[in-house]
Amino acid sequence: MEKKFICIVCPMGCELTAETDKQGNLTAVAGNRCKRGESYAEQECKTPMRMLTSTVRIEKALYQRLPVITSASIPKDMIFQVMSEIDRVKIEAPVELRQIIIKNVCGLSADIIASRSMAEVHQ
Amino acid sequence: MNTVELVIIGGGSAGMAAACGAYEAGVRDILILERDKELGGILLQCIHNGFGLHYYKEELSGPEYAERWEKKIEEYGIAYRLDTMVLDITADKVITYTNTVEGYTKVRAKAIVLAMGCRERTRGAIHIPGFRPAGVWTAGTAQRYLNMEGYLVGRRIFILGSGDIGLIMARRMTLEGAEVLGVAEIMPYSNGLPRNIQQCLRDFEIPLYLSHTVTNVFGKDRVSGIEISQVNQKFEPIAGTEKRFDCDTLLLSVGLIPETQLGQNAGVLLSPKTKGALVNDINETETEGIFSCGNVLHVHDVVDFVSEEGLHTGKNAAAYLQNKLMRAEEANVSAGAGIGYVLPQRVRKTLAEAVTFSFRVTDVKKNAELLVKVDGKVVKSVKKRQMIPAEMERITLKAEELNDLQSELVLEIRED
Ligand SMILES: Cc1cc2nc3c(=O)[nH]c(=O)nc-3n(C[C@H](O)[C@H](O)[C@H](O)COP(=O)(O)OP(=O)(O)OC[C@H]3O[C@@H](n4cnc5c(N)ncnc54)[C@H](O)[C@@H]3O)c2cc1C
Ligand code: SF4
Repeated sequence: MEKKFICIVCPMGCELTAETDKQGNLTAVAGNRCKRGESYAEQECKTPMRMLTSTVRIEKALYQRLPVITSASIPKDMIFQVMSEIDRVKIEAPVELRQIIIKNVCGLSADIIASRSMAEVHQ
Repeated sequence: MNTVELVIIGGGSAGMAAACGAYEAGVRDILILERDKELGGILLQCIHNGFGLHYYKEELSGPEYAERWEKKIEEYGIAYRLDTMVLDITADKVITYTNTVEGYTKVRAKAIVLAMGCRERTRGAIHIPGFRPAGVWTAGTAQRYLNMEGYLVGRRIFILGSGDIGLIMARRMTLEGAEVLGVAEIMPYSNGLPRNIQQCLRDFEIPLYLSHTVTNVFGKDRVSGIEISQVNQKFEPIAGTEKRFDCDTLLLSVGLIPETQLGQNAGVLLSPKTKGALVNDINETETEGIFSCGNVLHVHDVVDFVSEEGLHTGKNAAAYLQNKLMRAEEANVSAGAGIGYVLPQRVRKTLAEAVTFSFRVTDVKKNAELLVKVDGKVVKSVKKRQMIPAEMERITLKAEELNDLQSELVLEIRED
């Protein structure tokens, strides 16, 4: 089967055409300008993976939200499940950059970590 | 009135990098003036990842990228004032600013770097018919509300313009439970990065309507719906192609314009193409000792290049302050066929260093050749598989390649 998608590994955004066999394994790929596009295509045909960024509620900080990011990419079809875990969290400042906010989220072997530090603010 | 060697207006990526560049070149008396609550600028609301690929060879989120630079500012002990709004700059470099601690204050600078970033074009700037109900937002404003204040501006969203901010917001609002009905783009191609089309629209099955624009906004108090139409080659709506969407919010992602108000009072001349200052190869404006870098100079899509431009500008502002700057007659740089704009617009002759030129193409170019002509002679040509207006391109010329430059350097595209 032929699949067309854009490589998201770097801003070049190559348009890839991937050939897969009946089991969904990659047999050929075209359009990639570098090697990384090939492994991306392979993964994309098996289990598409994405980094996820969002925010969690924070108190005693300069803002109401703390930006967070997954420590590694997660399966695309798990994004909304992870989002509902993130929605449940409420933390307090101070927070360190890359502090773990949710460990091993949904058992995916990736953590939700703070993508900035936030100092405690006394009102 | 206090005198400061170097005053930097705006503490975003450009301003922080300019401060670091000047510091590393030996200037110690530096002051950054920033109107927001923190240093960092627009990056603080760009919580998605994808920053720093060129500079750090890593993909960072916007806030983390900003934090790295902030740390450097702290480490160098560079002075900055927050919650400080600059109101005026004069040609003799008197800066008027106001904040709650010092009140209305004037300071004299020996050199100034303008790094005020850009602002979003609004609906008024692009003439959509209909009332002006609540529910029409620029994408960046909605982004700040959502990512910093935790406030979702609507539930059923339509987006006009396929710039990266609009695409990023389409995904972001979908993740937060809103329904994004579609994105309309007046051009026949997207204005955002291809990877954002994939990961922000296609991943969530959000339709992109190319060659379409919003032709009506319904609702009196709050948006109740919008209508889009296909456009012809002259960008005029084609009758009979109207489609209606019921939505409560229209996000505008229709472009950015440099925030240049301040510079104009100081006699800084602007380019009609970039809407930012006219500069030479060290990013000095037409007013001596006033420099410009980052989005206030021209709108960038990649922050790494903003940082690089800031460092280069800061280093040269330092040379200016230390009387180490090599002054020479300047040649013109212009945009030839297929090039929308090229920066810098002037370059010093008899330069002993390489110069990096930034440019954008006028429309999508496939398998084209970029030519650099010095006084009519091609000195360099580069084959490019694809160039799109959404991506700023750069080319660096070595000192030798600029040796013979007398009056004009032209960048142009040759298509087969
Ligand atoms: C919404 C958005 C999304 C982006 N996404 C990406 C991306 O995914 N990847 C990437 O690499 N790049 C991205 N970019 C591009 C890049 O991040 C920006 O171009 C860059 O951060 C701009 O830096 P700057 O310092 O020029 O402007 P800004 O960050 O806007 O900084 C300007 C600063 O000046 C201050 N200021 C303005 N006027 C005054 C005044 N009168 N007095 C005092 N202070 C003032 C402002 O408060 C602000 O802090 C994005 C840009 C935007 C706008
Ligand atoms: S194939 Fe390589 S160059 Fe192309 S987008 Fe992927 S990583 Fe970038």
